[in-house]
Amino acid sequence: MTAILVVLVHLAFALAITPVLIGVMRTVRARLEGRSGGGIGQPWRDVLKLLAKEPLRAPGSTPVLSAAPVLLMASSLVLSALVPLVSTLALPSVPGDLFVVVSVLLLGTVALALLGLESGTAFGGMGSSRHMVIAALVEPTVLLSIYAISGPVGSSVLSVIVAARSADPASLLNPVSLLAIVALVVVVIAETGRLPVDNPSTHLELTMVHEAMILESGGRDLGWLEFGSWLRLTALLGLVANLAVPFGVAPDASLVGLLVGVATGAVKLLLAGALLAAVEVFLAKLRLFRVPELLAGSFVLAFLSVSAAYLVF
Amino acid sequence: MNLVDAGLFAQLCLAAAAILLAVFAPVGHRNLAAGIGVAALGVVGAATGVTALLGVQGAGLRVPLALPGFDAIDPLTLAPDRLGGFFLAIVGVVVAVAAVFGIGYAHGPVASRTGWTAFAAFALGMQLVPSAGDALTFLLAWELMAGGSTVLLLADHAAREPVRRATLWYAVMTHLSFLLLVAGFGVVIAASGGTTWSRIAATSINEPLASGAFLLLIAGFATKAGLVPVHIWLPRAHPEAPSHVSAAMSAAMVKMGVYGVLLVVLRLLPMGPRWWAIVLVVVGAASALYGILQAAVQSDLKRLLAYSTTENIGLIVTAIGVGLLLRDSGQTGAGDVAMLAALLLAVSHAAFKTVLFLGAGAVLHATGERDLDLLGGLAARMPWTASAFGVGALSAAALPVTSGFVAEWALLQALVHANSQVDRLIAVVLPITMGVVALTIGLGLLTFVKAFGIGFLARPRTPAAADAHEVGPTMRAALVFGAVVVVGLGLVPGPLAEALATAVNAGGVGTVGATGLALGGFGVLLHPLALTLLTGAVLVPLVAVNFAIARRAPRRDVDLTWGCGGERTSPRMEYNATSYSEPLVRVFRGSLRASRSVDVVRADGAPLLVEEMAFTQETVDVIEDRLYLPAARGVRRFGDFARKLQNGSIHRYIGFSFAALVLVLLWVAR
Amino acid sequence: MSTTRLLKLIARTGRIAEPLPAQAETDASPEIQVREGFKPPRALRGSAQVRHVDAGSCNGCEIEIAAAFGPVYDAERVGARLVASPRHADVVAVTGVVTQNMAEPLVNTVGAVPNPRVVVSIGDCTRGCGLFAGSYAVAGSVDDFVEVDVHVPGCPPPPAAIVAALRAVTGR
Repeated sequence: MTAILVVLVHLAFALAITPVLIGVMRTVRARLEGRSGGGIGQPWRDVLKLLAKEPLRAPGSTPVLSAAPVLLMASSLVLSALVPLVSTLALPSVPGDLFVVVSVLLLGTVALALLGLESGTAFGGMGSSRHMVIAALVEPTVLLSIYAISGPVGSSVLSVIVAARSADPASLLNPVSLLAIVALVVVVIAETGRLPVDNPSTHLELTMVHEAMILESGGRDLGWLEFGSWLRLTALLGLVANLAVPFGVAPDASLVGLLVGVATGAVKLLLAGALLAAVEVFLAKLRLFRVPELLAGSFVLAFLSVSAAYLVF
Repeated sequence: MNLVDAGLFAQLCLAAAAILLAVFAPVGHRNLAAGIGVAALGVVGAATGVTALLGVQGAGLRVPLALPGFDAIDPLTLAPDRLGGFFLAIVGVVVAVAAVFGIGYAHGPVASRTGWTAFAAFALGMQLVPSAGDALTFLLAWELMAGGSTVLLLADHAAREPVRRATLWYAVMTHLSFLLLVAGFGVVIAASGGTTWSRIAATSINEPLASGAFLLLIAGFATKAGLVPVHIWLPRAHPEAPSHVSAAMSAAMVKMGVYGVLLVVLRLLPMGPRWWAIVLVVVGAASALYGILQAAVQSDLKRLLAYSTTENIGLIVTAIGVGLLLRDSGQTGAGDVAMLAALLLAVSHAAFKTVLFLGAGAVLHATGERDLDLLGGLAARMPWTASAFGVGALSAAALPVTSGFVAEWALLQALVHANSQVDRLIAVVLPITMGVVALTIGLGLLTFVKAFGIGFLARPRTPAAADAHEVGPTMRAALVFGAVVVVGLGLVPGPLAEALATAVNAGGVGTVGATGLALGGFGVLLHPLALTLLTGAVLVPLVAVNFAIARRAPRRDVDLTWGCGGERTSPRMEYNATSYSEPLVRVFRGSLRASRSVDVVRADGAPLLVEEMAFTQETVDVIEDRLYLPAARGVRRFGDFARKLQNGSIHRYIGFSFAALVLVLLWVAR
Repeated sequence: MSTTRLLKLIARTGRIAEPLPAQAETDASPEIQVREGFKPPRALRGSAQVRHVDAGSCNGCEIEIAAAFGPVYDAERVGARLVASPRHADVVAVTGVVTQNMAEPLVNTVGAVPNPRVVVSIGDCTRGCGLFAGSYAVAGSVDDFVEVDVHVPGCPPPPAAIVAALRAVTGR
């Protein structure tokens, strides 16, 4: 019962903070570039406008065109429910285990890839192909880095890992943890399509990865796609922030605990987003065929992290 | 006579009945009659297998053999134990589904009397292999299986040349595996003095012999299972066989190789040294990675599925190796889970591979094409096939909530919860294995998104694809049943795992919440039904909101997709399978060796104007290129050299006989 | 440029966006010409994504549009953003005379935008073909092919006028 309350809090938190996170990231970027930007509320306005617009359907489309955005949104919501964003109290029957969380993430990835192919244009297929190659190459890093930090804890359930890390602050600074967190940051960048892997605001189709898959979608389809992608960023960034700095995450479903969890979660998430946006100002997008080198580098970090787990402990 | 024995006897009778139906049924009804006969054989086999899995152990069917001078031969026995029962169940269901599909699908040579007789014999052979209780029965059933499948492979040989070459490769590799098995079994029989499994298991065979037997047997079973480097028959034979036969071969026959491996390491030669487990892990991991890498760059749909089989069998064997290694180092909890994961992977692969191959068969039937580059837009024209194929692809990519997801979850739990601080070997093997498994999951995702997306979504690339129609009722029924099994197995992992755990003596496995799987030793659980409910709970309000919004701003139909404003875009400009995996070919160019050629046809009298361009990309199987072809060339060179001895002169031949006689006399007289 | 130099440049530069004129001034400004009877759609209040189409311009207006979205004039303040696909867009910003080759693509692009949509034509070439009137390559002006809602005159129009046109759509 209380776990259901926690899930609801997670969902509400994720839904509320996501446009704010994107707004903060865009504003930080704008200010560093000398502009004013659209304001923190602009993403919210954008999404509401998109949801009110009509989607278009070209001849020969299948239901994938209308189903994929909703599925992406659903997978992102389930991801937010399972990841310890605010509290480490997990649902007893769906505890947010490593592979379950990664699979839910991959469901969203696949929905998007199929949407890209469904559009029937060369750009859609191109975006889909690049997106899947990046997803395939980032898999080993995801599993290995979470495996590394799950070793000392003895469990692969994300909530248990975060709870154990907050109970043992010394474990946050050892090499296993630091290497794994760095590898996870690269994972988040790759999975959510941020610089230097992908430029979310590019207009050049040949440089697109994520954008190319959604070129054919408009109106409320696009609204769900945008919001779903932003939610993925919230969930993953929130996870990494809570793994890196687990203080403040509520261990139970008490009112005070949840309030503290929401407040600290929001602060950590917005700070992480602002940091990410600030770093992006200094980065250019990597050529597609350099991205595997980046991902291989993150894999090496994750592998080193796992090796450090035996040497150090 | 208990249930299992009755079931075995019934299978023999039904096989005979199926053959009679195949031979004597009138031509118009032959497919239906023979198909039902073989399906019945499969169903009874599955029922027998499940009964044996649940622990019912009979005396078995025995046929005593009395050969003069061979006292060591025990009677031919058919007595499946739990493990054999499990594999028998898998084979039975696959055979039944493939036979039902074949009723609607089989046409031409494979629907002849020979075709259906061979199919019945093939099915019987496959069902007798796991039921065998001694080495001779095993080998006889093995040969029956091989013979039946070879005849079936030859079905279209008159129409297509690649079929002949594929059958040649297949026949050679199958008999290679048979010879290795004979050698291996020979060693253990000689050491134990008997041919039944119980006799062999009771003898403890000492070291050099045991390892020699292990290597021979594993090499033989690896060839049948399609592991690297003896997999090369798989991508040639499976595409050329008729689709229902491909499904049976890929989903059931290669499992016999897996059964053999489990038989050797769990029953015949248990308590082997550590390096045996390492061999299995290395071969399995290499097969998994190589298989999926090759699958990801194929544009022939059936070849893609064949390479995917290599990958999955590689994962199964890796799981077996990890299980042995962990059990050997005292971590029985994690080791048991790894063994359980191997069985879950086996049953999951059988389920989804059947659906995928039958789906490919339906596509071939409807369009005449196997090449993904020439398909597209089939989801609108063949919705049932597309949905079933989609479910199979979902399971192959190990996504929720399918059987593949449960199996991969179990494997990863075993890897994650093994204590790697125990010794250096495990500390090195586990993370590498985990990395390889993760990479194969990722590449598998790409492969099956490609297979489903390019083949079924977007618009048709050729008129053949545009004219596709949905397949007939029996084919649809087989596809839907297969898809239901894939999802069903994924929704009830608890009871399934509990039943399988007994087959490999795995403890610590329990059911939670009626369908969820709980690994008590680690305190983890997987409850796909709960996950589905959670997703449903999230989807329902989302869809409701979407619906409400849709009423205000309904979807509008327009004439054009957005193709940068032009009207000359055609479906030929869509991404196809070759282009989809192009980034992967670049990243892995060291192992994939793609060769590309661009042919340009220029206009007459205007060399700067291009009329036509053709781009071809071919990826070769590196192992075939670097290992087999040089070996074949070496054998041929030796043959050429040896031919010098055979120059036609009768004097030389008499001289050879004389020399041989002299040598024999010298040998005997020493 | 190295990271430290870039950081110093950012610190030195600060915010260089010029302040926007008050809303009342914009509504009365002669910088833009709005079609008779045009009311900015309610759905586009506060947010309008812009898809630019070059129907055959000399690129003078494109440079001004780039400046309008740059740091000094910062059109993102009024809720506008450039997007790549017309399916994502609400506003189609057209520049240039419509050449023979671009006639059909222009119509297709505007047709690919979901409703509610607004067409903004930028520059003198879009009304009456400007310098290029009568050329064999010109098929007509933009209002011959699509219904234009907001016109920004000038050759090229100043970026402030382009921002004012977008403001007329978003109302910010």
